[in-house]
Amino acid sequence: MTMPDTPVYDFSQGPSCPIPINEYPAVLMAHGGGGRLTQQLIERMFVPLFANEALAQLHDGAVVTIGGIRLAMSTDSYVVRPIVFPGGSIGELAVNGTVNDLAMCGARPLYLTSAFIIEEGLAMEELWQVVQAMQRAALASGVALVTGDTKVVDRGKGDKIFINTAGVGIVPPGVDIRPDRARPGDLVLVNGPIALHGMAIMSVREGLEFETEIRSDTAPLNGLVEAMIASCPDLHVLRDPTRGGVASALNEIARASGCGILLNEDAIPIPEDVRGACEILGLDPLYVANEGKLLALVPPSCADDVLAAMKNHPLGAGSVVIGKVVEEHGGFVVMKTSIGGNRVVDMLSGEQLPRIC
Amino acid sequence: MKFIDEFRDRAAAGKLAAQIRATATRPWTIMEICGGQTHTIVKYGIEELLPAELTLVHGPGCPVCVTPLELIDQAIAIALRDDVIFTSFGDMLRVPGSTRDLLSVKAERGTVRLVYSPLDAVKIAQQRPDKRVVFFAVGFETTAPPNAMAVWEARRLGLTNFSILVSHVLVPPAMEVILSSPVNRVQGFLAAGHVCAVMGTGEYLPLAAKYRVPIVVTGFEPLDILTGLLMTIRQLEEGRHEVENEYARVVRPEGNLPARRLISQVFEPVDRKWRGIGTIPCSGYRLRDEFSAYDAEKIYEVGGISAQESPLCIAGQVLQGLKKPHECSAFGHPCTPEHPLGAPMVSSEGACAAYYHFGRFASVTPPGRRIDDDSDRHYVQP
Repeated sequence: MTMPDTPVYDFSQGPSCPIPINEYPAVLMAHGGGGRLTQQLIERMFVPLFANEALAQLHDGAVVTIGGIRLAMSTDSYVVRPIVFPGGSIGELAVNGTVNDLAMCGARPLYLTSAFIIEEGLAMEELWQVVQAMQRAALASGVALVTGDTKVVDRGKGDKIFINTAGVGIVPPGVDIRPDRARPGDLVLVNGPIALHGMAIMSVREGLEFETEIRSDTAPLNGLVEAMIASCPDLHVLRDPTRGGVASALNEIARASGCGILLNEDAIPIPEDVRGACEILGLDPLYVANEGKLLALVPPSCADDVLAAMKNHPLGAGSVVIGKVVEEHGGFVVMKTSIGGNRVVDMLSGEQLPRIC
Repeated sequence: MKFIDEFRDRAAAGKLAAQIRATATRPWTIMEICGGQTHTIVKYGIEELLPAELTLVHGPGCPVCVTPLELIDQAIAIALRDDVIFTSFGDMLRVPGSTRDLLSVKAERGTVRLVYSPLDAVKIAQQRPDKRVVFFAVGFETTAPPNAMAVWEARRLGLTNFSILVSHVLVPPAMEVILSSPVNRVQGFLAAGHVCAVMGTGEYLPLAAKYRVPIVVTGFEPLDILTGLLMTIRQLEEGRHEVENEYARVVRPEGNLPARRLISQVFEPVDRKWRGIGTIPCSGYRLRDEFSAYDAEKIYEVGGISAQESPLCIAGQVLQGLKKPHECSAFGHPCTPEHPLGAPMVSSEGACAAYYHFGRFASVTPPGRRIDDDSDRHYVQP
């Protein structure tokens, strides 16, 4: 597969920095924000150097074949502040996030590794809570944590605790889920209300208090995905709209597949309190992070079956169709607005929120 | 959501649009003053609902956009000091100065912090007596009361490590510049609702009378915009030029009296330079002399810093409604939200950024009129 817009570099003189130094002499927070700058970093700096077929998919995880078995691999680092928030902690995130990345490849997650970078001075009790949260999350998703690493850094050189997890899983035969399989006619499904995790984090950050407690939606989605695949093995695309939110995830799918995506603003489930908080802070919920949501692009022939399977699962009770894949405006996400106009839902350029997940 | 959903109702929007189409008998050009209104227009695709004869131009009401280049450079000079914590609203961090922006200072030095309120900056000053805290006090009449309150509060608390870098601007003098221009084509205004919530509607009466131009104080939801447009067009069609209030659920004629009192206690009017437009007499605020101990421009002696705008950027003409963002030769290339040449491409309220994010894609807009007859050609990115 060829990457759209990926520049070709001549490395015969040795590699030079493909992001011109005069553009960004230093890494900005926005380079980790999940938007356009993150994408540039990945596509210009990382992908050309390590170019290979599995990486070129630019999926949440990679699928490699070993001895006829398709193995899905994924890794993610977790740097959330505060480390405990309404609805969860960095512990749940670290397990669920990697489990979900594997599930978005259609894989059954099996084993995780975990590396801790702990700041000197972190209260042992806080660490214990995080580790217990990881244990609960691992039990809930049915994965085993099989190896790990521990490093401690000087006080002030970390933010309490950073956790990296990596995971492997097996992709069942016949399952082929990747962003470039989106086809015109596919329906876009989401398994419930969006923007909860990001707003839960924002609401407990310094100085921002709301009347009602917004709770993170962090959850392992592998069980839900299994049920969906059972109802329709030909699922085209799955994506968990974490950092950068629903808008960024759909933009990535539109780019990878070359198709257009048409959203219906009225159909997108956003809880009242989340909408209120977003209005106050001037944020667009479409760009706010989720940790227990997935977007599914499903051929129309089995959309009803998948929707029914999702609604039967505890993590999919609020599932709805929010849009469809179209032939027009290839590579772009467009939304029919609540008053009947249209607008482009663009990739986020910079960071919308500081460091959520 | 109460007070929101009823102003985003599709059926009501369609009805208002039909009324506008039935009322407008000839071409009219109307400017919405505030960047927040521009944002709503583009975000909801409102122009698709409007008749071809109606031209909307986007006014200078985006604080990030009109803050002059040298002020950004002054802010950066202060933020680079090791003894300072420089605090700002998020949007200002990405505005390009002459050579860099505050975000890159944040990345390199870690001395820049994003706050949601100037009072948060006061709190930081309390918590960090070892540092000097500066807040970047930008904005129109809307942000003047909280910024004044921050200085007031700092004095009450006896803080000696807090100051603000003031770049306050005022709406009516900018409207006067637009109206008195020989090339002006604006025939009616949607005045900025939140500015009027503070200041009231009185200062618009002389403008409406002198220039015989309808001014309708308008809110920020789609139905506010449509209603404001309908009220303005009715005035134009009937030959009236009055100040009317569409946003009566928020704006009282006298404004917010305690807020106005606080503003005049802390600030006084001053000539201000507007990015891309130039100096406008009595178009902004500075701190009164009795508050000079809180004036960062004086404390850090950055007043002498001056700067030169990019020759490619036509922000000044965009902000005066003379040009549309996509009529700029730099729009989309090389000027993008990641690499803005001018401030309107930076702020989420900026006209150029609003066009770039929400309006860029030509074929999603129905054929026929969008803004100018040939606008679609310019819409797609090169």
